[in-house]
Amino acid sequence: MIQEHAALVIIGGGPTGLSAAREAAKHGLEEVILLEREAEAGGAPRHCGHLGFGVRDFGRVQTGPRYAERLRNLTNGLDLRCTHAVTNVGPGGLVEVSGPQGSYRIEADRVLVATGIYEKSSAARLTPGGRPFGILTTGALQRFAYFYGNIPCQAPIVVGTEIVAYSTILTLRHFGAKPVAFIDSCPQLRTSAFVALGARFIFGVPSFTGTWIASIEGEEQVTGVTVESLQGKRTVPCDGVVFSGDWVPETTLIRASRLAIDPKTHGPVIDDYFRTQAPQIFAAGNVLRSARSAGTCALEGRAAARSIIADLKASRGKH
Amino acid sequence: MKDIAPAPQCGSPSADPTFEAAIIGGGVVGCAVLRDLTLAGLKCVLLERGADLLSGASKGNSAILHTGFDAPQQSLEVSLVQAGRRRYLSIHERLGLPLLKTDALMVAWTPKEAARFPELLAKASMNGVPGVRPIPLDELKQIHPHLSSAAVAALTVPGEHIIDPWSAPLAYALQAIANGARIERLSEVKQAKREEGCWVLTTPRGNFGAKVVINCAGNFGDLIESFARKPPFQIKPRKGQFVIFDKTAQHLMPTIVLPVPNERTKGIVLCPTIFGNVLVGPTAEDQDDRQRAGVDTATLQKLLAEAARIVPALAEELVTATFAGLRPATERRDYIIEALPAESWITVAGIRSTGLTAALGISEYVTGLVEQHFVRLKPLCEPVWPKVPNLAEHLPRDHQRPGRGSLVCFCELVTEDEIEAALSGPLPAGDLGGLKRRTRAALGRCQGFNCLAAICSMANDRLLSPLPLQK
Repeated sequence: MIQEHAALVIIGGGPTGLSAAREAAKHGLEEVILLEREAEAGGAPRHCGHLGFGVRDFGRVQTGPRYAERLRNLTNGLDLRCTHAVTNVGPGGLVEVSGPQGSYRIEADRVLVATGIYEKSSAARLTPGGRPFGILTTGALQRFAYFYGNIPCQAPIVVGTEIVAYSTILTLRHFGAKPVAFIDSCPQLRTSAFVALGARFIFGVPSFTGTWIASIEGEEQVTGVTVESLQGKRTVPCDGVVFSGDWVPETTLIRASRLAIDPKTHGPVIDDYFRTQAPQIFAAGNVLRSARSAGTCALEGRAAARSIIADLKASRGKH
Repeated sequence: MKDIAPAPQCGSPSADPTFEAAIIGGGVVGCAVLRDLTLAGLKCVLLERGADLLSGASKGNSAILHTGFDAPQQSLEVSLVQAGRRRYLSIHERLGLPLLKTDALMVAWTPKEAARFPELLAKASMNGVPGVRPIPLDELKQIHPHLSSAAVAALTVPGEHIIDPWSAPLAYALQAIANGARIERLSEVKQAKREEGCWVLTTPRGNFGAKVVINCAGNFGDLIESFARKPPFQIKPRKGQFVIFDKTAQHLMPTIVLPVPNERTKGIVLCPTIFGNVLVGPTAEDQDDRQRAGVDTATLQKLLAEAARIVPALAEELVTATFAGLRPATERRDYIIEALPAESWITVAGIRSTGLTAALGISEYVTGLVEQHFVRLKPLCEPVWPKVPNLAEHLPRDHQRPGRGSLVCFCELVTEDEIEAALSGPLPAGDLGGLKRRTRAALGRCQGFNCLAAICSMANDRLLSPLPLQK
């Protein structure tokens, strides 16, 4: 098996990873490899077609795809490898990669895990009922809409009232579709009441708190959802169920390496310098906890890169 | 070599073409029967009601290749489980089918459960399964270090292995097709009549004539049986719910852990899957509905608690998937497999949770019945042996192949080429579930957060039942 050496391997080419790679280059660190499993870097902002990106790190407001493009442009000339998936991070920083030319290993002095998050699936939420077509997450819905120009449902129920839930209105409206309702088992809204009021009065989509799914109906496609609240049960016709928010840090590599997980954040345990329990392995961005803005992640990526550079200098000085 | 049999003597005006055997039901049993009869030289058709094979009972099970050590003594089930196991072990490599050679531990958690061991050991010995023996608790700890220390006693059961529950039947079906069989999906048999000594099966995709009908209709077995006779059995669908843990849990499960069975069910099993996950289930819940198999939160939570009771470290692991399967139980304890010579009909019913293991035993038995009562066999001299793509975690996967294209599903490391292959060839995926079963796409920890849009968009125009995507 081919084996390479790198000073730093960054796993994940989203806002955190791209910003870390750029920062490392700015400080003159050589032998940095950025590994991205998708065919294009940029991370989740690529499928967030709405405005709101770039405020914290670039000082201007952009859409997700434009912001992602800008981040990518900043890493021109760096060793960015797309469609390379990391399958394991071994002790001491041995990174195992599945690349288009086969499997290989990189012996890295330091590793930065910037693998981001995903939304908790219907299954992981232990949702009751069947599994007809039309059950998905907000992220998946956005990918349908912004990457492939189609949507799998016209009138879904959206589960969750974090701000991301309301992004489904913006995603679906390009197709002349809209959600039937927002529901949340939490008795209070998880976002500003203005957002829910706007959804209700501008778009005609109500939000019901203290309400949860009792069953998903339908054989081939979703035909309805039986919702339950303290007032009782009722069946709402719909053709999809979109689960939003309730983020899960993508900690697979951390867990597989048996590094400690923080029970509160569900991300890896780190110190003040983004270092996990393994001295060579660092983590930054949304893999550390639930979703924060892309700008916050980008700034964290930069800070982690500086921390790693300082650490490398210190350890090289010792030798 | 046997003599070449004469062409079938049944030509019905209302059915074209005419087959020597029609198999109703494309579950694991139907696929295995189709394979064996085709290799025996018969012109066969398989009719499946779903948009893809394996859309009924065979969709969800624990995927254990059983030894039959605890099956009812002198039953048809135990002999066919053992024959099926032997045949799987002898052909799996030629078909590219994986085998994860774990063993099983049967663990007693109370002295009362442990008191049943002598009876189970006697049964294993009667059933001819070697090597089943009690093991001391320190050996138990050695074999399975993560098991709860509350275990009272344990048996080791060598030879209980794990297989791929979907690639196996698909491999049987593909080998049948490669050797001349025909498979029709979305072809529910709505009516079956005999005309001039030939069965005419009416489906939404036309009429099919056949000399012999083999009823492998699983959860619809008694309904299909009523075309031939008043069914002497009733299908009582038994639902089993399962939870799949993330692949990061696989190091916690070196072996299968079986409970001490009771009268009604084999109980809740904890085992590795061939794909590198850990599975807990099934429950046993009787229901009337033959199709719908929903999960419920309280039961899933109980399964999670049960898993964590047996292997405490599982409490920290993430849930990847949940599902429910329906096993076609009947009021009888044993399989029901019989030939009705006057009706030119073979009944294969009540094939419960052991069906995946027994399938190749059942198909061999059915082939014997066909020869005995209906058609002289003319086995193919040089049958074709197509291989199926490997999806097992412990064997080389497509993503490791130099020159592979992009990845589509990152959790399960599925390549674009694999999706493409599953959508083409002699038996392309008929629906999204079929595509997932053929490739693992969207079956991983994110359940399609990343890849659902990609696989739906690749598949949409090419599925038998198109997806409701709006542009």
